[in-house]
Amino acid sequence: MFEGGPVPVRTLHVALVGNPNAGKTSVFNALTGARQKVGNYPGVTVERCWGELEVDGRRIRLVDVPGLYSMNPESEDEAVAVSAIRGEVRGEPEPDVLVFVMDGSNLERNLYLFSEIVHLGKPMVVALTMTDLVRKEGHRLSVQRLSRELGVPVVPVVAHKRVGVRRLVRAILDAQGGGFPIPKEEWSSIAARYDWAHRVAKQALGETHHGLRRKTTDRLDRWLTHRAVGLLVFFAIFYCVFQAIYTLSQPLMDLIGGAFDSLSAWVGGLLEPVPVLRSLVVDGVLAGVGTVLTFLPQILILFFFIGVLEGTGYLARAAFMMDRLLSWCGLNGRAFIPLLSSFACAVPGIMATRVMPDRKSRLATMLIAPLMSCSARLPTYMLVIGAVVEPRFGPVWAGVTLFAMHLVGLAFAVPIGWLLNRKVLRGRSLPFLMELPPYQMPKWRDVGLGMYLKARSFVRTAGTIIVVMSVAVWALLYFPRSEETVRRLEAEYASSARAAASVDAYVQRGLIEQSYLGRMGAGLESVFGLAGFDWRLSTALLASFPAREVAVSTLGVIFNLGDGVDGESRDLRAALVEARRPDGSPLVTPSVAAAFMVFMALCCQCMATLATVRKETGSWRWPVFLFSYMTLLAYLASVATYQVLSRVLG
Amino acid sequence: MADVRQGMVARVASVDEAVTESRRFQEMGLTPGTLFRVLKVAPLGDPIEIELRGFRLVLRKGEARFIRIEPMEAPRV
Repeated sequence: MFEGGPVPVRTLHVALVGNPNAGKTSVFNALTGARQKVGNYPGVTVERCWGELEVDGRRIRLVDVPGLYSMNPESEDEAVAVSAIRGEVRGEPEPDVLVFVMDGSNLERNLYLFSEIVHLGKPMVVALTMTDLVRKEGHRLSVQRLSRELGVPVVPVVAHKRVGVRRLVRAILDAQGGGFPIPKEEWSSIAARYDWAHRVAKQALGETHHGLRRKTTDRLDRWLTHRAVGLLVFFAIFYCVFQAIYTLSQPLMDLIGGAFDSLSAWVGGLLEPVPVLRSLVVDGVLAGVGTVLTFLPQILILFFFIGVLEGTGYLARAAFMMDRLLSWCGLNGRAFIPLLSSFACAVPGIMATRVMPDRKSRLATMLIAPLMSCSARLPTYMLVIGAVVEPRFGPVWAGVTLFAMHLVGLAFAVPIGWLLNRKVLRGRSLPFLMELPPYQMPKWRDVGLGMYLKARSFVRTAGTIIVVMSVAVWALLYFPRSEETVRRLEAEYASSARAAASVDAYVQRGLIEQSYLGRMGAGLESVFGLAGFDWRLSTALLASFPAREVAVSTLGVIFNLGDGVDGESRDLRAALVEARRPDGSPLVTPSVAAAFMVFMALCCQCMATLATVRKETGSWRWPVFLFSYMTLLAYLASVATYQVLSRVLG
Repeated sequence: MADVRQGMVARVASVDEAVTESRRFQEMGLTPGTLFRVLKVAPLGDPIEIELRGFRLVLRKGEARFIRIEPMEAPRV
C-alpha cells in the first residue's frame, strides 16, 4: 500500500451540445451559475462560454458549445460548434463526455442531430428538457424507452427549477471512460436518418407522437402574429422597449454621472498640487471610467427585454413579422432588435447582434447599427438647431430638421447594408430558416444571469479599451502645455479687448488651440473647409471621438465659455451665431450648420462603439473598417450638403 | 413552395439536390415525403410559418423555391 498525498485527478472535459432552442443555456446556467466565463473563440465572432464545477473532488470543465442543427456546418456558429465537439479548437482539449441537450417537445429534429453525433463514438449523456411542457400538453414521454432506443443514459431535467441537475452530474461522471457503441444502423441519406428519428420518437411518445397540439401557443399566435393585430402588438411592445432604453436609463445615467462628478471633484482636490496628474486622472481616467459606467443602464435594460422576449419565444415572432422589411437590404428579421436599440445607443445594439446566428448578416448589422441616430447626437442637434434653424426658419422647420437628421443615417443604412452583403462581406448568404419555439414563461434566473454576464463582459473588455482611448484623447488635448504658455495667455487676456467669460475660459481656449488636437483641427481646416468648417468646428469634431456629446462642451471651451455648457445653453447658441470668419463673414450659416449636423449623423465618433465592435468580433479589423467608412461617408456627405446648400441658400 | 396558402396541407414531393441550400432544408426536416401544414403567412406576405415533424419553422418562399410540393386533400397533419 502506498502512503502519500491525494492522487491528482485529471479534469474532466464536458461539452454541452444540442439544437438551438433546446434549453442548452438553462442547463449550462444550472450547472455553473455565475461562475461561468465568457469570451470569444479565436478569430471569430462566436461567443465561447465555459465554467467549472467540482463534484466529489473531481473537477469538471464544462463548455457550452453553440447550438447547431447538423454536423455539416452552415453558419460560423455551427462551424465552431462542430470543431469544439471534435476537439479541434485551438487551446481546447477534446471533450471526454458529450452532454446532448434534447428538447423533449421536439424529439424528431433533435434526434436527427443525435444520429449525426453518435458517429463520433464518444461517451454521451442525454439531458432531456421541456418535459414539463410535454406533460402540460397531456402527453407521456417514456424516458426508459428513449434511453433503451438510444443506448445512452437519459436524464430529464427542469433546469430553472434545478430538477434532475444532481442526477445529470452523476450520469456525466459515470459515463466517462466508457465508449459509446455506434448504433447498428447505417444511414444512407438525410431522409433515412429522419425515418429512424421518427421511429424512436414514436417509441418514446407512443401514439401521441405528432399529435402534439400546442393549444396555448396556437391561441396566442392567432393574435400575436395576426396580419393587423400582430403588427399593432409588435409596435406597442417595441415602443415600450425603446422608450424604456431611451427614457428609463436617463435618470440612472444622470445618477452615475453625478456620482462621478463628485468623485472627480474630490479626487481633483486631492491632486490639486500636481496639475498634470490631476488632469490625467480626472479628465482622462475618471472620464473614461465614467463613460463606461454610463452605458450600463442601457445595456442592462435592453438585455432585460431581450432575455424576456427571447425566453417567452416572442423574439422569433418579431423576426418573423419584420423579415420582409429587412430583407430589402440583405438582412433578415433578426436584425430588428439590434437596429432599433441603436436609435437609443449603438453599444447595446451591437451587443444585441448575438441574437443573429448567421455571421454575415450579424457583421452587416453591426456595421450599419452606428448609422442609426443615437441619443448622444441629440445635444449637438439641439444646439445647432436652436442656434441657427429655429430663430431663422421657425419651430416647424426646427422639428423637420431634427426628424431629417434621424432619417439621414437610416437612408444610408439601407444601401450600405445591401452593399456590405453583396460586395464586401465574404461567404454566401444563408437561407433564412428559423424555428418558432412554443410560448413559455421567461426563466427569471436566466434573464438575470444574462444581464449580469453582458454587463460584466462589456465593462471588462470594452471598458478597458474605452479608458485607454479616453486617456489618449486627453493627452492630445492636454499637451503640449507649459507654464509659459499659460502666463502668456493670461497676459493676453489682461491686455486685449477680446471677449471671454473669464480669464480661465480664455486660457482654456488658448490651450486647446495650441494642443496637438487643436493643431490637427487647424491642419485639417483645408480639408474640412470644403464642408464649411473652420478650425474651431473641426477641433470640436475631433475632440468628440471619445463620445459624441463631448462636441458640445468642446465648443463651449472653444467659444470662451468654459466646459460647463450643454446643448440648451443660450450663451453657446449666441456665440455660435456671432462667430465670424477672419474675413468678417458669419461662421455658422444655415448651410454650415446642416453640414455639421450631417457629419455628426454619419460619423463614427464614438470610441465605445468601436470598442464594442472589437469585443464582439474579436479583431481590430472591423472597428477600423467601420470607423474609416463612416468617417469618409460623413465627410463626403457634409461636403455635398455644404456645397449644395450654400449655393441654394447663399 | 412558392405558391402556398395559409392553412394548406402539403407533402414534399421532391427536393432539387443540385441546389446547395437543399441540404439544410432537408436537415431541418423537409425531406421528400414529409407532410406539413402552412400555419401563417407573415403580415408582409413573406416569410411563411409551417408545422412539420411536431415543430414550427419559418422560411422564405423564394428561398424554398427548389422544393416541389403536392397539396393534400385532408386538412390534418
